Amino acid sequence: MSSRVMPYRGSLVSREQVAVYEFSWPALILIPLVALLVQIFIPVRVRYFPIIDLPFMVTIFFAVARRNPISGCLTGCVIGLMQDLFAGPNHPLGMYGIALTIIGYVASSLGVKIDTENPGSRFLITYVFFVLHQGIYYGVAHGLLRQAQEWSWSHVAISALANAIIGLLVFAFLDRFKEH
Amino acid sequence: MDTFLGRYKNLIVLAAILFAQIIGLAVQVRRPSQVGETRLIRLWAISAVTPIESAVVHAQKWAQHLWTNYVYFRGIRRENRELRAQVEQMKIDSARLNEDARMARRVQSLLEFKEQYVESTMAAQVIGTSGSEQSRVLYIDKGAKDGVKTDMAVITPNGIVGKIVQVFPSSAQVLPINDQFSGVGAVLKDTRLQGILKGSQSGATTLQYIMSDEKVEPGEEVLTSGGDRVFPKGLPVGKVATVEPGKDLFLNIRVVPAARLDQVEEVLVITKITEKMPDAKDLAPIRAADILAERLPTVPTKPGTDAGSAKPSDANSSSASAHSASTGNTPAPTGIPSAGRPTAGTTTVPGVKPSVGTAPGSTPGTTAAGTTGAAKPSTAAGAKPLSTATVPAAAAKPKTVTPTVSAPTNDTTSGATDAQAPAGNNPATPAEKKAQPPAETAPGTSPGQPAKPATTEPPQP
Repeated sequence: MSSRVMPYRGSLVSREQVAVYEFSWPALILIPLVALLVQIFIPVRVRYFPIIDLPFMVTIFFAVARRNPISGCLTGCVIGLMQDLFAGPNHPLGMYGIALTIIGYVASSLGVKIDTENPGSRFLITYVFFVLHQGIYYGVAHGLLRQAQEWSWSHVAISALANAIIGLLVFAFLDRFKEH
Repeated sequence: MDTFLGRYKNLIVLAAILFAQIIGLAVQVRRPSQVGETRLIRLWAISAVTPIESAVVHAQKWAQHLWTNYVYFRGIRRENRELRAQVEQMKIDSARLNEDARMARRVQSLLEFKEQYVESTMAAQVIGTSGSEQSRVLYIDKGAKDGVKTDMAVITPNGIVGKIVQVFPSSAQVLPINDQFSGVGAVLKDTRLQGILKGSQSGATTLQYIMSDEKVEPGEEVLTSGGDRVFPKGLPVGKVATVEPGKDLFLNIRVVPAARLDQVEEVLVITKITEKMPDAKDLAPIRAADILAERLPTVPTKPGTDAGSAKPSDANSSSASAHSASTGNTPAPTGIPSAGRPTAGTTTVPGVKPSVGTAPGSTPGTTAAGTTGAAKPSTAAGAKPLSTATVPAAAAKPKTVTPTVSAPTNDTTSGATDAQAPAGNNPATPAEKKAQPPAETAPGTSPGQPAKPATTEPPQP
């Protein structure tokens, strides 16, 4: 039950103070693991599921809830590397790791400044961060590794929309694990 | 310094983590010798997750099996009827195709053409995916313990799926053909144009390296060419969906995979492929009776029918049945007019012209058995007995020519050399007869020469 109040340092929210949540260790470990398992298992049955990125959502959720850039980027790094482990032999470890590290850092930094509790801001955050995530991944694959990558704005936009919608439900579910 | 570290602590941590990962990436990419090997951390992660995935998949499978096999029977009788009808139809198709395949194998053997055979396969369950759009790898529940090795082909009854790229103790990673790093040697079925089937990040598969001046039609089937040394030749890959002029000199051919790669659940891993000549037993002499026995449905003999008390007309059939039984062939059905349907032992003597109605009381289809069954093959007209006749009809000696060797009609029995004629001369639809190639004409008849009817001369004793 550790909850503390962080002094408000931005001007994007009307509140003066932003709550910082913490999570129990089992939740911190099990939620990303379950998200990863679901992510690699469900596409066997559901055709278009891979456009949904549950580990990405979990990273954002922890980052904006804990509002600590260091823990945010560490969480993103661990989840991303775990996602890399299952992505095939032609997918070097670290591609998702780098993308989610940056997402975790930016999300937690932003979480300090804006209210991430209401659905509208959550929708927007997820949408924007998904596009950013895809951009970072593309940059790493294409720029660093010289892999042939396709970039389709329409596909990214639709995927981001789907993730933003699903993200609302996922965040609402994960709110139960917050500790005040 | 403390102030600097304290002020930019977050950014420094971020930079350190990113730097470490980039270094890690660089180390991986700059080690070409490591390609194909499995990193220990990846092995640990997959080994930890595989049992969970496997348990979930098998539990679901068990529940589904329980429901479909013990609870939900709606429409099963109708489905059963439909399937039975389908099986009957497929039997007929199968007989025709078997004959075509035999002929093809004979030709292949003459050309000393080696074939690849899928000798053994192993069924496996898909238990997971990469979970991302950027990689389309699949995980199956069979691994090194089950004998799975890298570069083994993975297929379904509909078509190919991919190949094994990494093997773990109890699971393996499959690179599907629609992955962007995949490449499969493929050939267009009709035009025999060869290319490479490649996947893409979006999951679309394209056939590449086919020159733009070639004519490729949508709908044409694509098969494996065997050139990649992973997939045996001739497995279905998919169908051409669209053909567009691509960049450079090549066509951009989009192919829809035959196997549903996005919903594949059970697969077969080809564990052994052998390369050998076509089966030698097909080169052995084939009697018409053997061919016909496979082609025609058998009618069970009526219980209580005594051969001794049979009518004279039945005697022939029963002797034929007995003879064919002794040679291991299916007896000719007594209830079906066996016109043009010789049985074993009845077609061995060239020159003996079994014909319709020559045996008293015999039905047209049973005369050959009665009249020629006693003739010794070795003494008959100096011709080879059928059992030693070579199958390629064109190779038969002209000595065996008799008027009765022609393609049978519905009212005639086959002569001795009828057995040498391919099964296309069996009772078949006119369309089928028309489709017989010239090489399949009966021995002694020149390709262009029409065969004479079998009933033109009386039989010689």
